[in-house]
Amino acid sequence: MSQAGTIAWIARHEGRLAWRDLLWMMTAGRRRRAYAVALGFIVFVIFMHGFAALILAPYDLSAADPDKRMLVTITGTLVLSWSLMLSQAMEAVTRAFYSRADFDLVLSSPLSARRFFAVRIAAMAQTIMLMSLSLAAPFIDVAVWRGGARWLGAYIVTAVLAAVAVSVALALTATLFRLIGPKRTRLVAQIVAALVGAAFVIGLQVAAILSYHTISRFMVLQSNPVIDAAPGTGSLMWWPARAVLSDTVALIAMLGLGTAVLGAAVCVFAPRFPGYVLTAGSLPRATKRQVRRPITFRNPSAAAALRRKEWTLLWRDPWLASQTLMQLLYLLPPAFLLWRSFGDGSGASILVVPVLIMGAGQLAGALAWLAICGEDAADLVASAPVTSARVLCAKTEAVMVGIASVFGPFVIILAVIAPFCALVAGLGVAIGAISATSIQIWFRTQAKRSYFRRRQTSSRIATIAEALSSCSWAATGALAAAGTWLAIVGGAVALAILGGTLLISPARK
Amino acid sequence: MDHFPLSRALEIRGLAKSFERPAVDGIDLDVPAGEFFTLLGPNGAGKTTMLRMVSGLLKPDRGTIKIFGIDALGDPVGAKRVTAWLSDEPMIYDKLTPLEYLEFVAGLWGVAGDVAEARAVDLIKWLGLEPHAQDRCENLSKGTRQKVAMAGALVHEPKLIILDEPFTGLDAGSARLVKSVLRERVKAGCSVVMTTHILEVAERMADRIGVISEGRLIAEGTLNELRSKAGAGQGSLEDTFLALVASGPVAA
Repeated sequence: MSQAGTIAWIARHEGRLAWRDLLWMMTAGRRRRAYAVALGFIVFVIFMHGFAALILAPYDLSAADPDKRMLVTITGTLVLSWSLMLSQAMEAVTRAFYSRADFDLVLSSPLSARRFFAVRIAAMAQTIMLMSLSLAAPFIDVAVWRGGARWLGAYIVTAVLAAVAVSVALALTATLFRLIGPKRTRLVAQIVAALVGAAFVIGLQVAAILSYHTISRFMVLQSNPVIDAAPGTGSLMWWPARAVLSDTVALIAMLGLGTAVLGAAVCVFAPRFPGYVLTAGSLPRATKRQVRRPITFRNPSAAAALRRKEWTLLWRDPWLASQTLMQLLYLLPPAFLLWRSFGDGSGASILVVPVLIMGAGQLAGALAWLAICGEDAADLVASAPVTSARVLCAKTEAVMVGIASVFGPFVIILAVIAPFCALVAGLGVAIGAISATSIQIWFRTQAKRSYFRRRQTSSRIATIAEALSSCSWAATGALAAAGTWLAIVGGAVALAILGGTLLISPARK
Repeated sequence: MDHFPLSRALEIRGLAKSFERPAVDGIDLDVPAGEFFTLLGPNGAGKTTMLRMVSGLLKPDRGTIKIFGIDALGDPVGAKRVTAWLSDEPMIYDKLTPLEYLEFVAGLWGVAGDVAEARAVDLIKWLGLEPHAQDRCENLSKGTRQKVAMAGALVHEPKLIILDEPFTGLDAGSARLVKSVLRERVKAGCSVVMTTHILEVAERMADRIGVISEGRLIAEGTLNELRSKAGAGQGSLEDTFLALVASGPVAA
């Protein structure tokens, strides 16, 4: 056993906590679920490999010497992945700054804080690496299977990119901390994280819309103007892509870069970390005094009181609102497409339908969790003279009004351009939102609103079912908007997913 | 304020609830209207489980609960209309102000707006919450939050107030205020059923005391009756309580 206080000892402690956290996330604290989780994991891995094979099918992965088009595509994919890693890393760093967790204990002990935070930064990097690798692995495996062992370099490049992402996230968050102060950093960092994650995807989609009237971002990456404008195949810019293909020099350079950047981040930020967490931890939860305005009690029904309470709580919690509404960023490209299509009667409106339905399902799931599961005064509501069915109904109404107010304008604009598509989108948004809300109701477990970020942990099945339901309704909507009878098949699949989810839900018992 | 007729505020028969093991094991209890009844018991004795069942927050495995004659299991909404539940963890919303919270609670209990507003203003004043009435609850100290929760429990003028460790974390001043509010309510004809680990509070405030151990009501009565049951002479409530818990079931 390592000596107490050494880096190895701290790392062992962190590792144990991380492992137990991961186990809890997977099983929601129920050990009996371990077999089910393991089985689900295997199915998921197989599914992801199938999905990766489908996505990579059109590409020739065995070409001996990569041409410019291939290098552009790989580099674009790496940038896309890195922006998502950076987004996740910023979330993790912000969370580390603002969660007091065990910091009071550690900082009040004689343990070297610098050493402790060096390990914690390394642990953050490791988490982002593992997360990125687990998502990238199916694609890399398929590439290795079809294109040979040279694609194994992608594993190392993914790990390097994760290390760089964590280092940059630390620098960005620390800069924000210094520039705008600890009070605003939490919210701003969350927004920046979401923007960073979405910006590249949205940017490519907007470019695709402008050039090709489609939402597909790969259309831009593989277009002739981009290929022509890109530097020659010998450029340094392609080193990461070459490292993916196991080019020895590029791979060693990437490894060196990752190690150096992460090492520098540990050296620079580990000594400063205690200062950040102490400053963030000593902030009052809210210092701004409220505007004094007269309040007149209304005569609301219990349902109206519940609905108004839900909207007020969401409106007044900018962090929660940003977490929830950030998904709407992805609605910007379809909104842009709508704007571009206005008046030209093109068939591009069909592309908007599945995006709207998908967005509505996801947002409804988040809002439903907040309203139905994230009840901070559950005992108060349960002890009120209102039936639980009425409470549930009022909360569902609150969610549906939220969805209608967000997606209504999109559907109305769409109705002007393409009435049939608008009808399909309207129905799809309603059905998608109802489905996601129903899943939250079937799997509901009481939790604090502040646990919103970890809501998926209470039920992995609910999370997957919610995503599958939204996807299948979106596909159904797209097929229906295109006027094909295959929409019936899509609808049947969506209903089957809902039926299966209900069958295995706790609500059934 | 109206006085309720002297009847049973709470009537419990054969109440039982098991989780891994029996938490509440066949409790019978009567609390007359206008009485301050305190439940004592070691940690894990079943006090909170019992009160949560009375408040409609937990479904019993068996037994009956009547609140002012209303069958709490058959007509839970009717029973809840005359009941308030207050736990040691204030059930409030960080992002609402105390006044908004009271408006919300009044809405849940269906109290008319003008009536609720008048009561809320009175309660805010009575509990010394005026300086915080328009502040969001996230800014308030634990004691102040507990007072906001207390105001919420009283805004619909319940006939039966059920409190689970209401003094946890309160400073001396806040605890005194809460005690005085409860006394006033009992004087006005309200019934109070409260659990506490602070024996001094039970000794000073309760008309009758019940002692629960291992899910069973092992003794109940006035302090003197308990002393005599425990054979503790003129000893303190602490001596009496410990003697009763150590000796197990006595004729309740």
